Amino acid sequence: MSTDNGAGHRSGRPRKQIHLAAHFPGVNNTTVWSDPAAGSHVEFSSFAHFARTAERAKFDFLFLAEGLRLREQGGKIYDLDVVGRPDTFTVLSALAAVTEHLGLTGTINSTFNEPYEVARQFASLDHLSGGRAAWNVVTSWDAFTGENFRRGGFLPQEERYSRAKEFLATANELFDSWRGDEIVADQEAGTFLRDARAGAFAHQGRHFGIEGRFNVPRSPQGRPVIFQAGDSDEGREFAAQGADAIFSRYSTLKEGQAFYTDVKGRLARHGRTPDQLLILPAATFVLGDTDAEAQELAREVRRQQVSGATAIKHLEFVWNRDLSGYDPEGPLPDIDPDPGEHTIARGRAQVRMYRDPLATAREWRELAAAKNWSIRDLVVETGNRQSFVGSPATVAATIDDFVQADAADGFILVPHITPGGLDVFADTVVPLLQERGVFRTEYEGTTLRDHLGLAHPDHARAGRVAS
Amino acid sequence: MSASPSLYPPLSAPLHLAVALNGAGWHPAAWREPSARPAELLTAAYWADLVAEAERGLLDFVTIEDALGLQSSHPTEPDDRTDQERGRLDAVLIAARVAPLTRHIGLVPTVITTHTEPFHISKAIATLDYVSTGRAGVRVQVSARQNEAAHFGRRTFPPFRIEDLDTPAVRELTAELFEEAGDYVEAVRRLWDSWEDDAEIRDVATGRFVDRDKLHYIDFEGRHFSVKGPSITPRPPQGQPLVSALAHQRLPFRLVARSTDLGYITPHDNDQARAITDEIRTEHAASGRDGEAPHIFGDLVVFLDDDPAAAADRRDRLDGLAGHPYTSDAQIFTGTPADLADLLLERREAGLTGFRLRPAVIGHDLQAITRGLVPELQRRGAFRTAYEADTLRGLLGLSRPANRYATA
Repeated sequence: MSTDNGAGHRSGRPRKQIHLAAHFPGVNNTTVWSDPAAGSHVEFSSFAHFARTAERAKFDFLFLAEGLRLREQGGKIYDLDVVGRPDTFTVLSALAAVTEHLGLTGTINSTFNEPYEVARQFASLDHLSGGRAAWNVVTSWDAFTGENFRRGGFLPQEERYSRAKEFLATANELFDSWRGDEIVADQEAGTFLRDARAGAFAHQGRHFGIEGRFNVPRSPQGRPVIFQAGDSDEGREFAAQGADAIFSRYSTLKEGQAFYTDVKGRLARHGRTPDQLLILPAATFVLGDTDAEAQELAREVRRQQVSGATAIKHLEFVWNRDLSGYDPEGPLPDIDPDPGEHTIARGRAQVRMYRDPLATAREWRELAAAKNWSIRDLVVETGNRQSFVGSPATVAATIDDFVQADAADGFILVPHITPGGLDVFADTVVPLLQERGVFRTEYEGTTLRDHLGLAHPDHARAGRVAS
Repeated sequence: MSASPSLYPPLSAPLHLAVALNGAGWHPAAWREPSARPAELLTAAYWADLVAEAERGLLDFVTIEDALGLQSSHPTEPDDRTDQERGRLDAVLIAARVAPLTRHIGLVPTVITTHTEPFHISKAIATLDYVSTGRAGVRVQVSARQNEAAHFGRRTFPPFRIEDLDTPAVRELTAELFEEAGDYVEAVRRLWDSWEDDAEIRDVATGRFVDRDKLHYIDFEGRHFSVKGPSITPRPPQGQPLVSALAHQRLPFRLVARSTDLGYITPHDNDQARAITDEIRTEHAASGRDGEAPHIFGDLVVFLDDDPAAAADRRDRLDGLAGHPYTSDAQIFTGTPADLADLLLERREAGLTGFRLRPAVIGHDLQAITRGLVPELQRRGAFRTAYEADTLRGLLGLSRPANRYATA
């Protein structure tokens, strides 16, 4: 097997086991809806198919993103991508009925929710799934999304991690308010609870002042698995301090290794070891019988993802101007981006990716001129490229290499077609990873913590008490 | 005073029947019965079994109780008792967990309007409608409990005891909470309509996935909150999932009349039932609200046994274990399924369109409903013998509402 060793595999170290997860393709700019194979992004049958495929492939978990306001561009609802998605908790709980092992990870915003309610929803989901719940903690601050909520956009941007940290700490206090042995349910003796104050908590902090009794007894995992997705210095620190996994966006080897080294290096400061935080980049893929066929298919997918109208809208993120008068098959605008406050696109993460619009515009114009690219060509060629393109053998080897080279602990795969886009990966790449001995052939545990190799919080507590 | 009689179901209409699920049952000592499964109350299997049993009995729907605090033997305050069931799971998530395992029965979780977000609840119930393919409802409830408010830390309420109900402070609080609940339901309903049914167009020629002219800002502005919209979730299969509420007084009667599709009331005799249904229907007619009058279901707690003495003995035994006789806002029926069928048919004449039964001991009385009462009612031609509709609205004879934002 030595010939299979990837570039970064260190001899002498056992091969790392790869973690794989599946991100339901919905409201994002990689999802192709125009293909005849594209199904519903809302009907439960789509989610059930997707989850069953992920479970058949022995994936660690399924992942759902969130958005709490429809995106807008130029003051109008953005209508070119998939619009609309169901409620995260509700879908995950229903999926628990059609799967047995698959972890169920939901993105839930810590800004437009309250700790008591979110903690009881996750604790309930963990009970109802037999220990498979995970929470991707995200933050928000913007008044745009806040217009849908009682509190409005009340949070200054600089306080969002402060609130998120306290939100998570408070939720953990609620999860920990039951030890797990309080329910006796002794019918003869008439003792239901061992402890008259089970679930008691009191939290006084800057963002939350709450007290009382938590009403969901301890769930199978004790606490849901915690994911975090921010990439700023604060976001990385937040993850190093309290997350079990970080959902990054670096899917090239070098960037991935840099991110991996940085984030794992932060753990010791928080009294944690490198295996207590998994690094899982989001990744797209295109598979073909041969590498050449996959490359050809990938180009077709890119053109499906970027219609002419989408290309113009994409440029507007950078130009911060209405470019609807431009021809997508023509040259790039020769006017410069509007350097003022970004007003054109709202509710989109991509806006923050272009921190220097003038420089980006200059670079794109030079590139397009040199290559003779139209607006659409430019967006197709420079936009989100598929992470893994090739035959199943190539993709399996690449994924394995990335993980063995410490660019990641695994990947969260986002197919571009709903709901069947994962099927080909499950049927072709997964068996090759299993043959390489780097991916499970059967689930070995029952909880998501088991799949991820994370300690059960109760065990950690028992250890602390014993030591 | 009553409105046009044609608005209301004829007396010969079949009865509608729901069951209210609450832990091991409504009697606080229910968990001690041999039929109870007290160690399994927080498992999916327990809830799946209960709802499957209710569906076997062809019931219209189940409601699932919830609260944002621990159960208590005290009506408005927490207690520190250890001899009763404590702890529960989120009702919406329970409903979602059992939805794919059932096919016909309606699923109606409880939601507390006082502390939750209408935007979140709107999409959660819409999604319950998707995962159940058209069987979702919601029962809205307010909470004036100080301890539950302290779990959120955003508002404080004055001390609230049942005997203070008529004091100005509590009257003011109650009015505020029910006004807020009315606003809440309005915001939720507008969010359900904020997508027209055919908003998703997938028009490859223009590159448009949705027709944005069929998505609507709801711009709800109330005294307690505002919501911009549109929802992030497309309009659910039923258009408007069923909204229901339990009501004991004038303000909640008004909420039922103006905002809901179904109200639960707690009369103890036919005269009370008639007075309350008249009040709700008069309020409904006066409100100028479009559409069908709400269903009005009578709530009853039931101890059912084929031998009436066995039912009475069971109730006495449970009262003994609890240390006091069980009391309820609803009438407590103790007897045989046949006697209960008599009572329901008689009470229907007071204007009720259905009943929500609260099993005193779920492990026993749920089966007594599905396997005793239901066949008894079927023999009398008063209850369905097969599910005849695919949606909860369909089972209840309610039409699928037009979208308020759609232009013809």
